[in-house]
Amino acid sequence: MPPPRKKSPASAGPATAYAVERTTLDNGLRVVVSPDPSSPVVAVAVYYDVGIRSEPEGRTGFAHLFEHLMFQGSANLGKTEHFTLVQGAGGTLNGSTHLDYTNYYEMLPSNATELALFLEADRMRSVALSQENLDNQVAVVQNEIRVNVLNRPYGGFPWITLPPVLYSTFPNAHNGYGGFEDLEDATLEDAQQFFDRYYAPGNAVLTVAGDVDPAEVLRMAQEQFGDIPARRVPERPSFAEPAPSGEQREVVTDRIAPTPAVAMAWRVPDPADLEAYLPYVVLAEVLTDGDAARLNERLVLRDRMVTSVGGYLGVMGDPLDARDPTPLLLEVHHPSEVAVDDVLRVVDEEVDRLAQGGLADGELRRTVARMTSRYLREIDPVLGRALTMSVFEQQRDRAELVNEVPALLAQVTDEQVQAAAATLGLDRAVLELRPEAQQ
Amino acid sequence: MTTTSPDARPVPPLGKPRTAKLPTVGERTLDNGLRVLAVRRPGVALTELRLRVPFAAPSRRGAARNGEQHVARAQLLGDTLLSGTAVRNAGQIAADVQALGGQLSASTDADRLGMGGSVLSSGLPGLLELLAEVLTSASYPKAEVVGERDRLVQELAIYRTQPSVAAREALVQRLYGEHPYGRELPGAEAVQEVTPAHLRKLHAERVAPAGSVLVVVGDQTPARMLSLVEAALSGWTATAAAVETPPVPAVQPQPALLVDRPGSVQTTLRFGGPAPRRTDPGYAAFSLANLVFGGYFSSRWVANIREDKGYTYSPHSGVEHPPAGSRVVVAADVATEVTAPSVLETWYELGRIATVPVEQGELDQARRYAVGSLALSTSSQAGLASTLAVLTAAGLGVEHLRDHPKNLAAVTVEDVLEAAATWLAPHRLTGVLVGDADAVEASVGAVLDVERG
Repeated sequence: MPPPRKKSPASAGPATAYAVERTTLDNGLRVVVSPDPSSPVVAVAVYYDVGIRSEPEGRTGFAHLFEHLMFQGSANLGKTEHFTLVQGAGGTLNGSTHLDYTNYYEMLPSNATELALFLEADRMRSVALSQENLDNQVAVVQNEIRVNVLNRPYGGFPWITLPPVLYSTFPNAHNGYGGFEDLEDATLEDAQQFFDRYYAPGNAVLTVAGDVDPAEVLRMAQEQFGDIPARRVPERPSFAEPAPSGEQREVVTDRIAPTPAVAMAWRVPDPADLEAYLPYVVLAEVLTDGDAARLNERLVLRDRMVTSVGGYLGVMGDPLDARDPTPLLLEVHHPSEVAVDDVLRVVDEEVDRLAQGGLADGELRRTVARMTSRYLREIDPVLGRALTMSVFEQQRDRAELVNEVPALLAQVTDEQVQAAAATLGLDRAVLELRPEAQQ
Repeated sequence: MTTTSPDARPVPPLGKPRTAKLPTVGERTLDNGLRVLAVRRPGVALTELRLRVPFAAPSRRGAARNGEQHVARAQLLGDTLLSGTAVRNAGQIAADVQALGGQLSASTDADRLGMGGSVLSSGLPGLLELLAEVLTSASYPKAEVVGERDRLVQELAIYRTQPSVAAREALVQRLYGEHPYGRELPGAEAVQEVTPAHLRKLHAERVAPAGSVLVVVGDQTPARMLSLVEAALSGWTATAAAVETPPVPAVQPQPALLVDRPGSVQTTLRFGGPAPRRTDPGYAAFSLANLVFGGYFSSRWVANIREDKGYTYSPHSGVEHPPAGSRVVVAADVATEVTAPSVLETWYELGRIATVPVEQGELDQARRYAVGSLALSTSSQAGLASTLAVLTAAGLGVEHLRDHPKNLAAVTVEDVLEAAATWLAPHRLTGVLVGDADAVEASVGAVLDVERG
């Protein structure tokens, strides 16, 4: 049986009605369950409220390295057992490290629900650290950085290279993948302290979505996680810093890229205030979502001056899961014959035209229509739904927002988007990428 | 797993598996020859579309030049198919698709023109109408074709600076030579020669319903979705014989190719060779052999070169099934200084699985993974649509979702050894290494017959 679909309010678009049940265990772990028996599969996600912004100076990349260590063994499991138990049950698994959280997740046939909870509980209880595994994972992470950054064109552009132009404090500006020396300097003591400090049950959200009985999941969660001792939950620091005053502009050279690119970023309102923030999420799409969007239409199709243009919220492209401070970014790739200042001038012209003249008839409606369908497509798989619910529960205490995003998008007005465009002025960061061959 | 720690706890056993009900597929072949499969999968209010039009290169003499022309024209046809019709220009098409809450894209490869899309279900009639309009009256306007042509040249230049792309191009060239599978990307020159007239002619000759298949998965009944498709696409009446790609040539043994990429901090390793088709009786055994070797994280190769030695981040052995001949591609990006040891370990693991029986436990684990993956892949609308489209292209019906687990269940340790000896023996694979040749050539040469290209 599919979850019943609510009759949606006018123009709110098609709404979902995924059920949300929750409890908080005595040790502080928050548990969210969302049943959906339509396929015999389940997704289990654990979100820890710590990410790149919390890693200490001299330890860039540590949050991500630590994520790797969480797969290397735990209270009852040796190295590689976590993988073999999940995959041997027919499941898939991964983890990822973001600015404000680190997540671990599995998607499996639903008869493996209790196994997945056991596995997550086992490493929340304690992580098994060894120098051999640390050395091994430092080497693996260095190869991850080689393949994703050092050995490819535009590697790390702009997610690693733009933050130091936009921000001036270490938590916001530093390289989240980490410097090789910092990774090599990491010690087992660092890892144990990081675990003790940030991986407390009270600093985590557990979400289970799929073919499960909520009462049964709550019983299993109590059984598997209930006796993990409570630990002090760190207070989340504010990472606030002033927005740039005037244009901050820098150049990076790329050893491999054949043609230039430019990224621009403006600070946007705190995402905690969705009413103030969502117009910027919509604005990014008005500017860049597809060939009918403002910048694509002008720069790619009409003037033929750039190869591609993209726009999004959050340096990691995560509009609904980044905390303050966070930017709206534009990323443009252009031929060497086109001067970057011409690209910037036309972008500014188009933003200004939007800020002055507002949106055309139907422009907002069609933009939101596709944002809605893309969002629904993300939460249709149980895994996408579990991840979305986890971050909403962790950052907003409201997993139920999973059902409310289409209505919230539908409430954004022409005037709000226009006003948001008017704030994209010269208080911004601009990062040029130049091919080394052309220096 | 035994431990004396006070936290000692047993690993909970798996519960009783619940098997997914086989999806009910509504099927209709329209009068024009288009085959339509429709499945209701409740969930969100979306509908997924997958259209596959046979699009192999016409076989002519002088294959090399014609082949390159076809790749360039086919690529640009996909890039500009949505750039204008008899009644809508590019901007209108883009805005109309967006307003339906939809997305629609087109791409080509050596075998087919593929169109994929999804749409708010309320917009399905509108998207189908647009799809029909594009299929029957795409106009390839000059300005759009010229613009996309220039953009494609830029994008190809960027694309080719990625080592994975350079390695892929070298590998398929090495495996297939002049066969259409030997060239996946067009050269810049061939792209520059393409005109709107070429695209209109190619479209008229090849974009036809006979032999084409459309898969539709959404939250409405199959009957309703079939009716909507029939109403929209019955007017697609182009006639053309579906051209199939000729069988791939036998692979000739040859030294591994070393492509120089000076200063590269990694070597991109690729080893490829033929593999059984999905429909071959030995496919289940082969797929399990490949999993145990390197086809998933819990494999021997990953345990060896990543989790033991840290040579690489994401080694993977994958199987691809283009219709004219399946292949296995063994892929890892390894740090430059450990290139030769990585080749050595790869050769060791391939040799081991081809000559020594796997453990029963390894086989059972890979089997459960393969069965589970199938269940996961069909548990969303998009996943189900893509899976059905892939199966249909392979000549398999939805029953495969039920039958393949049974085939997997029957595979023995001996079957795996035979499959591995046949398909994964290292001397059967063709190798390509893209990296800093001066830094790695001598040491790699100690373990592998290698030539610079």
